[in-house]
Amino acid sequence: MFLYSIKRTLLMVPILLGITLLSFSIMHLAPGGPAEAQMEFSAKASAEARERLRKLYGADQPVHRQYLTWLTKFVTLDFGDAFADGRKVKDKILERLPITLTINFLSLGLVLLIALPIGIMSATHQYSALDRATTMFVFVGYSMPSFWLALLLIYLLGVQWGVLPISGIQSLDVTGLTGWGRLMDRAEHLVLPVFVSAFGGLAGISRYMRNNMLEVMRQDYIRTARAKGLSENAVVYKHALRNALMPVITILGLSLPGIIGGSVIMEQVFGIDGMGRLLYQAVFSRDYNLAMGILVPAAVLTMLGNFLADIGYALADPRVRLR
Amino acid sequence: MANTTTLTAQQTYYHLKRNWLAFGGGLLVLSVFMLAILAPWISPYDPSQIDIKNILIGPGSQHLFGTDELGRDVLSRMIWGSRVSLQVGFVAIGIATIIGILLGAISGFYGGYVDSAIMRAVDIMLSIPTIFLVLAVIAILEPSIFNIMVVIGLTSWMEPARLVRAEFISIKEREFVTAARALGASDSRIIFKHILPNGLSPILVSATMGIGGAVLVESALSFLGLGVQPPTPSWGSLLSSGKDNIEIAWWLSAFPGLAILITVLGYNLLGEGIRDALDPRQRE
Repeated sequence: MFLYSIKRTLLMVPILLGITLLSFSIMHLAPGGPAEAQMEFSAKASAEARERLRKLYGADQPVHRQYLTWLTKFVTLDFGDAFADGRKVKDKILERLPITLTINFLSLGLVLLIALPIGIMSATHQYSALDRATTMFVFVGYSMPSFWLALLLIYLLGVQWGVLPISGIQSLDVTGLTGWGRLMDRAEHLVLPVFVSAFGGLAGISRYMRNNMLEVMRQDYIRTARAKGLSENAVVYKHALRNALMPVITILGLSLPGIIGGSVIMEQVFGIDGMGRLLYQAVFSRDYNLAMGILVPAAVLTMLGNFLADIGYALADPRVRLR
Repeated sequence: MANTTTLTAQQTYYHLKRNWLAFGGGLLVLSVFMLAILAPWISPYDPSQIDIKNILIGPGSQHLFGTDELGRDVLSRMIWGSRVSLQVGFVAIGIATIIGILLGAISGFYGGYVDSAIMRAVDIMLSIPTIFLVLAVIAILEPSIFNIMVVIGLTSWMEPARLVRAEFISIKEREFVTAARALGASDSRIIFKHILPNGLSPILVSATMGIGGAVLVESALSFLGLGVQPPTPSWGSLLSSGKDNIEIAWWLSAFPGLAILITVLGYNLLGEGIRDALDPRQRE
């Protein structure tokens, strides 16, 4: 086990380097750096001013030197300053992070709350009406463009019936409200973004849960459990469920990049100033430090998620270690 | 199981139903194809014909799906837009599948360090949010239909690569491969003539569903204003301009989105059907 952990940890080093190198190259190979992006609209800016800006951003150095400088700072968790306003990347991220996290945690909670029971039920009642209905729902859910669903809900609930606010995270008059009123105001604004973010995951996770359950229910030890006279509930929830849940946890770890990608679109549709929008703006203004500051930590988290899942597997199943 | 006969009957019914769904999926895919091919003949209006007197007209007998803010016919624009979606879907997934097959084959066939290197590259690509890669590349290359296809292709090869690798690892141990090797066949002959044809079915399934995925990504990009540029209509860009008029003209958003949903659904059902048809063992 110890050896396996060491091996698996060492494997992360090249992946980590690859992640930083790939994101860095993509950002930097673009013709026109941040200086150009910033001065695009001011034709009067002299070549000298341009040069000064380039120097300020370190863009006059060769690319590999820039990469090394960035990397050495990054390992000490120094993400540098954003080009646009000179503020610390860390501060900018920290102020945008809470809203994105809130939305994604709530939607993840919603997904698990609904998808797991549905997945279990359709597995234990395979080919039932419920199972067929969820199969259909899963296909539609997979195929639905999330931003379209968002637009439809905005139109129906926001415009037609006027029961929910359609954009932003608080009302204009929110300062006039008391504590409870404020909370309700925030909740109202979050309903649509959370629901729409959850929708895609709902289909995927319930399907995945169902297939895992079916797989596990076919195993010999389930037959043994039944044969020794355990109640169906004990068989399903004690013996089958635990083993079927494991891969779901892995999938959740792997879905992190998707969550960030989803946030870019969702925050754009609902006009929410979160991480997704920040990344979008950073990429377009060639704000290297900011874009890398969002991206690399996210990729590292994904990698760590995979790592933990693998270690978890190895703990649970000794055969994995031998590979 | 208590009652085996009813279960089998139920199962058979289920599979029939399942195939019926796959058939429906194929039909959906086919009809979008027909729309794209026949666009010049079946679209009721010129898709870029501006008609200032008839702007933002709701769905009706004159304009089945209404008109947009410049008086253009939404149905006609959607029919022409189907060409974009199809092109992007097929070319992008074509690129992804070719890269995936090559890397997966090399990885699975040779193993060792080559395999580790390629699989680490897959891990790296899977750790970075695809949307970032796409955003960054589009920001560099300027949005155009060609660039969109290439970028989606270059960011979707990981799944096919893993699938092909897994197939190769299991097939290369089989006797017919040993036989081919004993006859003196070259590596490339074994890879492409002997192993690959036997491992194609999962790739076919993943490619079919991948086309649906690529259509979704294209529409998302166009929705963000990074996809196909006006005046070429694509379903995503139609949706994007519909967003600005959502409060007064729901039909501008509703119909293009429905077209995306139906098309992607078609590919997903078809892919599931192909999976069932090619490999009965995977039937649930």
